[in-house]
Amino acid sequence: MAPASNPERPDLFATYKTDRFFCELMNNGGLDDEAINTVRQRLAMMTPALLNERARAAEVELYNLGITFTVYTERSSIDRILPFDLIPRLIVRQEWEKLERGIRQRVTALNRFLWDIYHDQRILADGLIPRELVLTNPNFRKEMQGFDPPCGTYVHICGTDVVRDETGRFLVLEDNARTPSGVSYVIENRHMMRRCMPDLIADLDVVPVEEYGLRLRQTLLDVAPVGIMDPQIVLLSPGAYNSAYFEHVFLAREIGAPLVEGRDLVVQNDRVFMRTIAGLKPVHTIYRRIDDAFLDPETFLPDSMLGVPGLMRAYLAGNVTLANAIGTGVADDKAIYAYVPRMIRYYLGEEPILDNVETRICAEPDDLAYTLDHIAELVVKPVGESGGYGMIIGPHATPAERDAFRVKLRANPANYISQPVLKLSTTPTLCGDRVEARHVDLRPFTLTGQTSWTLPGALSRVAIKAGSLVVNSSQGGGSKDTWVMGS
Amino acid sequence: MSDTESNIFYAPLLSRYAESMLWLARYIERIENLARLIDVNETFVRLRTAVNGWQCIIDINADAAPYFAHHDGISGAEVIAFYVLDPENPNSIVSMAHAARENARALRPLISTEMWTQLNIFTDTIRRLTPADIAGNRLSMLCARIKQECQTHAGITEGTLFRDQAWLFHQIGKHIERADQITRLIDIKYQALLPTIDAVGSEIDLSQWTAVLRSAAAYHAFRRLCPNDLSPAIVVGFLLQNNGFPRSLSTSLRQAHYAVHLLRSDYNLRGTAPILERVEHLQALLQGLSVNEIIIGGLHEFLDGVQSELADIYNHIAEAFWPQP
Repeated sequence: MAPASNPERPDLFATYKTDRFFCELMNNGGLDDEAINTVRQRLAMMTPALLNERARAAEVELYNLGITFTVYTERSSIDRILPFDLIPRLIVRQEWEKLERGIRQRVTALNRFLWDIYHDQRILADGLIPRELVLTNPNFRKEMQGFDPPCGTYVHICGTDVVRDETGRFLVLEDNARTPSGVSYVIENRHMMRRCMPDLIADLDVVPVEEYGLRLRQTLLDVAPVGIMDPQIVLLSPGAYNSAYFEHVFLAREIGAPLVEGRDLVVQNDRVFMRTIAGLKPVHTIYRRIDDAFLDPETFLPDSMLGVPGLMRAYLAGNVTLANAIGTGVADDKAIYAYVPRMIRYYLGEEPILDNVETRICAEPDDLAYTLDHIAELVVKPVGESGGYGMIIGPHATPAERDAFRVKLRANPANYISQPVLKLSTTPTLCGDRVEARHVDLRPFTLTGQTSWTLPGALSRVAIKAGSLVVNSSQGGGSKDTWVMGS
Repeated sequence: MSDTESNIFYAPLLSRYAESMLWLARYIERIENLARLIDVNETFVRLRTAVNGWQCIIDINADAAPYFAHHDGISGAEVIAFYVLDPENPNSIVSMAHAARENARALRPLISTEMWTQLNIFTDTIRRLTPADIAGNRLSMLCARIKQECQTHAGITEGTLFRDQAWLFHQIGKHIERADQITRLIDIKYQALLPTIDAVGSEIDLSQWTAVLRSAAAYHAFRRLCPNDLSPAIVVGFLLQNNGFPRSLSTSLRQAHYAVHLLRSDYNLRGTAPILERVEHLQALLQGLSVNEIIIGGLHEFLDGVQSELADIYNHIAEAFWPQP
């Protein structure tokens, strides 16, 4: 129900069009929710000039506070802010509850799957997932076989990328189970909104997001090696030159842990110590923001300067816990993704609460036949590639290109999956002197130690270009505050 | 972690942070001193009696070799550009601001948000300076702004930085740098102003020694305390030995000593004894002599000795708290 327009006063949304997509704020006449209506009405009264003035103030503040990612060139460093949009994205309570249950179910299944493949490999023996897909996966770490991580948890911090289709249904696009980033923006965006848009958020029952630091700390304490009285946690960062350094600083402060680099740590007798002004002090849990390959030159890439020689020895001896565990990359791989619904049924005996984007595994004859027949409507991706290489977007391809791709597909069907072209939902976004629809995704964060907990908020990333489906910050995407409503 | 004896709760401090903290303070102190020196020079160099006006800044920093590698002669504009804008010169304000910024960036988990924000804005401003910003009468405004930003950093730090070991390393860095800077200033000026002992009291002195005092932000305090006399010896004595003057050598040594002492008494840190001993040795040296004895015994040699002692103190600190693996 759009607000009645007042001829005396221009309505911010007067020219707003959502096309055939689901709109997060207008809801296409769907849910009639009081909070959404209130926010819509309050926004409608604001002018683009006012919003732009506030947006500029917010940008200056973000820049001065150093809530930035730094782009280093040979001679200089440039601090950039992640573009921030002042129009929030709302998720009503019952939708959030379902989303939360679905994500927790997924994270549980991923942890069970990782335990299984690094132990008995039942799921492979039972033929649910092709053996070679797992065992020859570059992210499968054979060092982890037979190792029991505390609490059986591999994915302590998970960022689940979720999108909404044109009917408003939430679908999981990707699981980020290695070193997901972005949670600092979830919390900083909220602080920013309270300062810049106090009149918009006033009296609304928005669930707070400030609890994350305490929960993360508890998670890291939960999984510390058994028998340590007062575990020492550290956050291991590649250092100030990393583009996510602000987030590392933010999280280290939030969990009250020293922010360390590889050079600050040393392994002696399979134990990890940090170099302090009072000598070497033991370290028990490492929240690491460095990929597996760079963590330990003794075990992985020998020329990595970021890691700590001997860290794997200390880890496998059970003297230190790494979060996330080594070898989680095999669970959030593009090809494995297609099998997550099966994992949920297999390990938990439940139906998936959240669906995958409908994914056809061309290794299977029915799916291959369907993909060949409908290639004009599908995206077909090779499983081993990333960054969009070797894929075809059916609707954008010529008949000749499609024919050529069919040949490739028949020659090596196991290398491909196919998905329908997504019609991502949109959200009103300030674009110059007007508000336009931009595609948006959602990344909630889930912590798992003894139990799982999902932060009631998320990173909403918006594409900056009209019609673009690319929301990644590396590609110039921006973010907005995500309000999970408490009532 | 708590220390029941001193009732202070504190977390372990990484060696790298202690080192960065000390250097952050040193760089800010250095920037402030350089800005003050340039500003004062700019004012007094036009005097008829001026000696080695711009040469002195090059001498203070022992930069003759790198300077003359790119410049044929000494002109105000060239020296100012070399010390404000030249990214190739590690002792320029631009380079030191960059170093301060990188240290501050590494220290972000530790320093207060207000400290970071001010340093971020300040160093970012310095990074964007252009030759137009140091032309003509703008230089003086720029120097005033830089001094003020450094003092703002000191104030924000004093008012917001948690008083644990990290704070003490900031203190130590600041006071060691201050001690070092004051000895350099006296040394260079004294040699320039007193080619011979006979020149004492001649016309040169007044304006030039006034400039020396102003370079150390000491002019008014000196005037108040020593209204009858502006002899070089009295000025030098004031800058070296006056315990009330915040930038004197004796004050800086006292402050540095106190901070190191607290590392031992409040945090039970080992390795402080040799550092305290070196500082005390230097203090005894300074207190045991009158300023006239120092001058007769050779002021330059004395100041050189102080500088190498300070370098030695720094090395002891580095060895105790961030030893090379």
